[in-house]
Amino acid sequence: MYNPEIESMDRDRLKDLQLERLKDTVKRCEEMVPFYRQRLHEKGISWKDINSLEDVENLPFTTKDDLRENYPFGLFAVPTREIVRIHASSGTTGRPTVVGYTSTDIEVWAELMARSLMAGMADKSDIVQIAYGYGLFTGGLGFHYGTEKLGASAIPISGGNTKRQIRMMVDLGTTVLCCTPSYALYMAETADEMGIDFKQLKLKSGIFGAEPWSDRMRDKIERLLNLSAFDVYGLSEVMGPGVSIECEEKNGLHIFEDCFLAETINTETGESLPIGEQGELVFTTLNKFGMPLIRYRTRDVTSLSDEPCACGRTHVRMKRVRGRTDDMLIIRGVNVFPSQIETVLMQIEGISPHYQLIVDREAGLDIIEVQVEVSEDMFSDRIRGLEEWQQLIQSEIESYLGIGVKVLLAEPRSITRSEGKAVRVIDNREL
Amino acid sequence: MTTVRQISVFLENKSGRLLDVTRRLGEAGLNIRALCVADTSEFGVVRLIVDDPHKAHEHLKDQGFTVKETVVIAVEVEDSPGGLSEVIKPLVEQEMNIEYLYCFLEKSQDKAVVIIRVEEAEQAIGALNVAGFRCIPPEELYAM
Repeated sequence: MYNPEIESMDRDRLKDLQLERLKDTVKRCEEMVPFYRQRLHEKGISWKDINSLEDVENLPFTTKDDLRENYPFGLFAVPTREIVRIHASSGTTGRPTVVGYTSTDIEVWAELMARSLMAGMADKSDIVQIAYGYGLFTGGLGFHYGTEKLGASAIPISGGNTKRQIRMMVDLGTTVLCCTPSYALYMAETADEMGIDFKQLKLKSGIFGAEPWSDRMRDKIERLLNLSAFDVYGLSEVMGPGVSIECEEKNGLHIFEDCFLAETINTETGESLPIGEQGELVFTTLNKFGMPLIRYRTRDVTSLSDEPCACGRTHVRMKRVRGRTDDMLIIRGVNVFPSQIETVLMQIEGISPHYQLIVDREAGLDIIEVQVEVSEDMFSDRIRGLEEWQQLIQSEIESYLGIGVKVLLAEPRSITRSEGKAVRVIDNREL
Repeated sequence: MTTVRQISVFLENKSGRLLDVTRRLGEAGLNIRALCVADTSEFGVVRLIVDDPHKAHEHLKDQGFTVKETVVIAVEVEDSPGGLSEVIKPLVEQEMNIEYLYCFLEKSQDKAVVIIRVEEAEQAIGALNVAGFRCIPPEELYAM
C-alpha cells in the first residue's frame, strides 16, 4: 500500500474523517459557489445542519447538465488565480465540461494515482508506459503525476502510434502498461502482426480503465498480453482516474473514501439505497478545493460493499461498472448494456474480441445488429459452417439477455480500432 | 495423394470485394484455374483453385483477408451429356455427402474437371477410381 495509514484506516475513524471533510466541503460550496448556495437554500439546508454522514441524503444533487450550464468556471470554489490546471471532457454531446484543480488538488490526485498504481502491482522500480491520451483528457496526466509521485519511471507516450508503443515496450522493458482495455487488445493484435510475442516482454501488470469492460475481456487481455490486468475507475468531473482501483483480490474496486463519499441511488426516484443494492453511483468530493462537487450523479451503475477485503484495505468496494445509465440501450423494453453482449461474445471460444453494435428501428421495432469479425477459427469453406457460428452467437445472446439480435459476420479489421475509448454502439434510432 | 488444395476467402457482401481478391492474386502473379462463389444475403465465400495455393494463402492473409485451405478432389470427366451424373453416382452409392462441387473445362482436351468437396476425400477417391475415373494429381491440376 502506498499510504497504509489511510488505506487501512479503521472504518469508524475513517467515517469521522469523512464527516469532518463533508462539513468543510459543503461549507466551502455554500460560501464560495453561488450555484450551490442557491440549491442549498432552496432545500432549506446549510452546512451547519450536517451532523452525521447520513445527512448527505438531504443535500441536493449535481448533474452533468449543471456543469454544462455553469460552463466554464461557474462551479469553481476558488478564484482562478488559485487554479493551476484545467481539464475538459469532450463536448460530443453538447458543451464540454471544464474542471479546475488547485495545487493541493493536483497533489491529492497524484497521491490517489500513486495508491492506484501500487494496488496494480507497481513500485519505484517499475517502468510505466502511459498510453492514455495526454491533454484535456485526464487519463494521461493523471497517470503521469501518479507515476512520478510513486517514484517509478513514466514513459509519457500518450495514445496512438501503436507500432511505436510495441517497440518501446520491447526496447525499454516496460513493466506496467496503462491504457484503455480496448486499446490493449488492439496492441495485442498489432504485436502479433509485428511478430512480437508478449511472453518475451517484461510486462507484469496493466491498469486499464476509462470504459466499461467485462471479466471475460480481462481474461482475454491477460492471456494475450501475458500480464495481470487491473480495473481503474474515475471521471474527470470528480477528479479523473484514481477514484477507485482494484486490489490483487480483483473483487471490486476500492473507492478512496478519505477523498470521496460514495452512495448508490435509485435513478428514477433519487432515493438513497442501502449498501449492497445496485443503483446509480453518486459522489461527494471530500478534499477537493478547485471544484468540489456535492452528490454528483455519475450515471454509472454499480453496487457497494463494506465487507472486509483480504488485501487489508478498509475502504468500500464498488462492483465493476457494467455501464452508464446513458449507455444503456432499451431494446423492445429490455435494458441492455453493451458490456453484457461483450460478456457473451468473450466467452465463446474462437471469436475475435472486436465487435460493434448497430441499433436501428425498423417498422417501429428496435433491432440490434451485432457485428463480429470472422476469425480464422470461425472461418470455413462451407456456408453452413459460417451460418452455424451466426446461430450460435445469436442463441447465446438471446439466452443471456432474453432479446433476439441479428448477427453479422464482418471481414477482419473492418471494425474500426480505437486508440482511446472504443465506440461500441452506433445508435441509428431517432428517439 | 491425389487430393488437391483449394483456398477459400471470406467476403462481406459489399461491392468490389471479389475484385479485390482477384486483383491481389493477379498482382502476386498467381493464376486462377477455377473459381466458385457461394453466398447468403450477408456474406459470401469465394473458393479458388490457383497455380500456387500456399503462396496465394500467404499473400491474401497478409492483405488482411480470412483465408482457409481445404482438401478437395479434382476428377476428370467426359465433356458430354450425362458426364457429371456418372461421377456423382459412385459417391452416392457409398452414401457420401457432397458438400458442394463446381466444374471447369480443360483447355486442350474435350474433358471437363469437377472439383468435389466431401468430408471423406480418400474414400471418395477410392470409389471414383473403382468406377474408372481418374483423379487429377495436384501438380497437374495447378499447371493446367
